Amino acid sequence: MNLISLGIESIFVKNMIFAYFLGMCSFLAVSKKVSTAIGLGAAVIFVLTITTPINWLIQEYILKEGASLVAVDLTFLQYIMFIAIIAAMVQLVEMVIEKVSPALYGSLGIFLPLIAVNCSILGGSLFMVQRDYTLAEASVFGFGSGTGFALAIIALAAIREKLRYSNVPNGLKGLGITMLITGLMGIAFKSFIGIAL
Amino acid sequence: MSEVAEQPVAKKKSEALLSKRRRKFVSDPLVDDNPITIQVLGICSALAVTVQMKPTMVMSIAVVFVIVFSNLIISALRNLIPNRVRIIVQLAVIASLVVLVDQVLKAFLYDVSKVLSVFVGLIITNCIVMGRLEAFAMGNKPWDSVLDGFGSGFGYAWIILTVAFFRELLGSGSVFGFKVFEAIGWESFPTNGLMVDSIGAFIILGIIIWVQRTKTGYVEN
Repeated sequence: MNLISLGIESIFVKNMIFAYFLGMCSFLAVSKKVSTAIGLGAAVIFVLTITTPINWLIQEYILKEGASLVAVDLTFLQYIMFIAIIAAMVQLVEMVIEKVSPALYGSLGIFLPLIAVNCSILGGSLFMVQRDYTLAEASVFGFGSGTGFALAIIALAAIREKLRYSNVPNGLKGLGITMLITGLMGIAFKSFIGIAL
Repeated sequence: MSEVAEQPVAKKKSEALLSKRRRKFVSDPLVDDNPITIQVLGICSALAVTVQMKPTMVMSIAVVFVIVFSNLIISALRNLIPNRVRIIVQLAVIASLVVLVDQVLKAFLYDVSKVLSVFVGLIITNCIVMGRLEAFAMGNKPWDSVLDGFGSGFGYAWIILTVAFFRELLGSGSVFGFKVFEAIGWESFPTNGLMVDSIGAFIILGIIIWVQRTKTGYVEN
């Protein structure tokens, strides 16, 4: 599949939030203000773009049946390996950013530990295996999915900031109305189906 | 394992196996402190697998299993785990249990495991499991933690089963694959494609949250 088309598809059509519900916990919890939503969105793009290709290499050279480095079929270790790589990468990225750019660390820092348990990161790696991507496709897919997540969470945060001034029924306040809005946003994103470049 | 679980009960003779305080661990998360509708945890997998009742049922059982046993193991190990590496230890325990579940599903329920696909693996990052380990199992005795695991697991299960019931009924006109509307002679029942789609799940869950919070009187600021 052509890479640009894959990128567009993973941002809009197969959006992590609207099509697969991945990363919903932080999507709902960290979407109260646009500024924090931008921070989390950037961190997710960052980590997904790094971990998906790394996990691709692990899968291809170590875990897969008939992999070149290990003779034994280790596919059953997939989950443990992937989550360990993700947790380690998040830790590493956190340390590097803290050293290199304290300003960026100040704005991204608090979101990085949250990301290790964000379903969209592990989901990205598992989808990459399931769909048999090549290394280039895996990188584009990681970046595209991250961008799709960032787009969705920033848009939702913008809507929720305005929502504070509306008169919502008591039981629907907070989570309830957010779910309904997410549903409506999902319908809007559905209109991208069929777009290919 | 059962020895570890019963130890605190044997020591404290004054407290019954299911005392009033302990029953609250199970009953609280069902309604008043539900993990999905009140604490907003574990929504990721709650919605993705709820197109039909059968995979939802399997998913609920898998999640209850993982929560209960990870709670038990972490609680038994809680005094041995150094604080700095606790997240990694918790993830390792959860991931091992999920691998177990995944292998069992692949061996005995291959069709369902194909439908659930990556979402079995995503139990690892289900916030309910991590949340219970952090908030409860790290500071409580094993038997209490097991009860707490059952409470949170069932609280999660009944919500996703309700979502799945409405999605399957309105989306495909059936319950557990049984064609309800054809059975009562209403063969022209218009099925709603929106319910099969991911969007239906958001809307159904939004409405369930509305009804449930109106009943319990919980208001979020």
